[in-house]
Amino acid sequence: MIRDYGLNEFFFIATAIQWTLALSLIAFGGGILGGLIIALMRVADAKPFRWFALGFIRFFQGTPLLMQLFVAYFGMAIIGLPTNPWIAAAVALTLHASAFLGEIWRGCIEAVPAGQREASTALSFSYWVRMRYVILPQAARIAVAPTTGFLVQLIKATSLASIIGFTELTRAGQIISNATFKPFIVISTVAVFYFLLCWPLSLLASRMEQRFSRATTR
Amino acid sequence: MTQETKIDAKSAADARPPAIEMDSINTWFGDFHALKNVNLRVDLGERIVICGPSGSGKSTLIRCINQLETARDGTIRINGTALAQDASGARAARQEIGMVFQQFNLFPHMTVLENCTLGPIKVAGKPKAEAEKIARAYLDRVRIPEQADKYPAQLSGGQQQRVAIARALCMQPRIMLFDEPTSALDPEMVKEVLDTMIDLAKDGMTMICVTHEMGFARSVADRVIFMDHGEIIEENSPELFFKAPKSRRTKDFLGQLI
Repeated sequence: MIRDYGLNEFFFIATAIQWTLALSLIAFGGGILGGLIIALMRVADAKPFRWFALGFIRFFQGTPLLMQLFVAYFGMAIIGLPTNPWIAAAVALTLHASAFLGEIWRGCIEAVPAGQREASTALSFSYWVRMRYVILPQAARIAVAPTTGFLVQLIKATSLASIIGFTELTRAGQIISNATFKPFIVISTVAVFYFLLCWPLSLLASRMEQRFSRATTR
Repeated sequence: MTQETKIDAKSAADARPPAIEMDSINTWFGDFHALKNVNLRVDLGERIVICGPSGSGKSTLIRCINQLETARDGTIRINGTALAQDASGARAARQEIGMVFQQFNLFPHMTVLENCTLGPIKVAGKPKAEAEKIARAYLDRVRIPEQADKYPAQLSGGQQQRVAIARALCMQPRIMLFDEPTSALDPEMVKEVLDTMIDLAKDGMTMICVTHEMGFARSVADRVIFMDHGEIIEENSPELFFKAPKSRRTKDFLGQLI
């Protein structure tokens, strides 16, 4: 039976925004924590940490997110856990975000002038004191704009979680599209919702970038 | 030769190990041999000025002393203790050594006072009130007590460099290293920084200064060292160094300065 595309169908899609947002926030929150750990390991004094972080980043940058989602989803079954699209999507996207934020923030940490690190070392600060009080506060200022930019990417990337049966915005659109046979109008609606989520963030990111470049060119 | 016997007699008299002892130090940057078999001995309270053309290894030499660069071979002793290669040993040695950089390297997101108290609080474990008391005393000594609550960007270059000196002194080091401290300054600010360094020298601080300020070398240094191509070419008292340089290269260098 073919349904019409009416208000009910529209609201079905609209309410799925919350799952896209929830998944984005989990992945972003986890990614902030994981990314910080990866970035700190990436610039650690001890080589094993640097190598581990580099391997982690290379793996997640060098494989498609879709494949990472599959591995997380089917991997759960292999280690004997019940397959759960929520957990699989959250884990895969968190690790994905950790790798990318880790690499973004490594760049920000390295953009802090070398003299800051040297002065800290000469004052015999430990790695932690140097990072916590000298390097990270300065790197954070540089990091705000690219991090917001990555959040936009992450929101769009959650659409891939539909493939493992996670009902977020894209999956809701597919369900309605299959029931109504009106893919063009349905998918356009979905696209508009994504745009409304991402556009303000993009604006925010570019505004912060401008403010930062003004602050540094002075 | 006479120089050496004089130093030996002096250190035997007070029976303390030399502040710094560098023994056949070699440093490489890739294929570039930056320091070639450098030997240097600095006694407690001695003031050394190191000069030489750019790229001659002066900065590398003093950066080896607090392990901002690592020597490939040779040994360095600070107050009689050989420098440890592990991180905590290196940190312990650095607590004895303050360093002042050409580009000041103040922490731009902290006030002058915070710049000066971070080390005493986080490294020496002093309570905040005591750290601030020490910091204010040293800011007073470099004659900028009124700038304590400003940010580095609000200060002139000369003031920033004096804050950098105060920040290093707050760790209460026994040795101070200066890496071209006046080279990034406008000419009218050079004097205020040099005056601060002269004050420090009068108080008996062990100082090693890489500088092209020959007036400072003449009036303050116990010994002047000339380096070229990673080697110590000449080592002499300031009077002899300027009046009767031994080597041809020293003569050429001094000729270019005037």
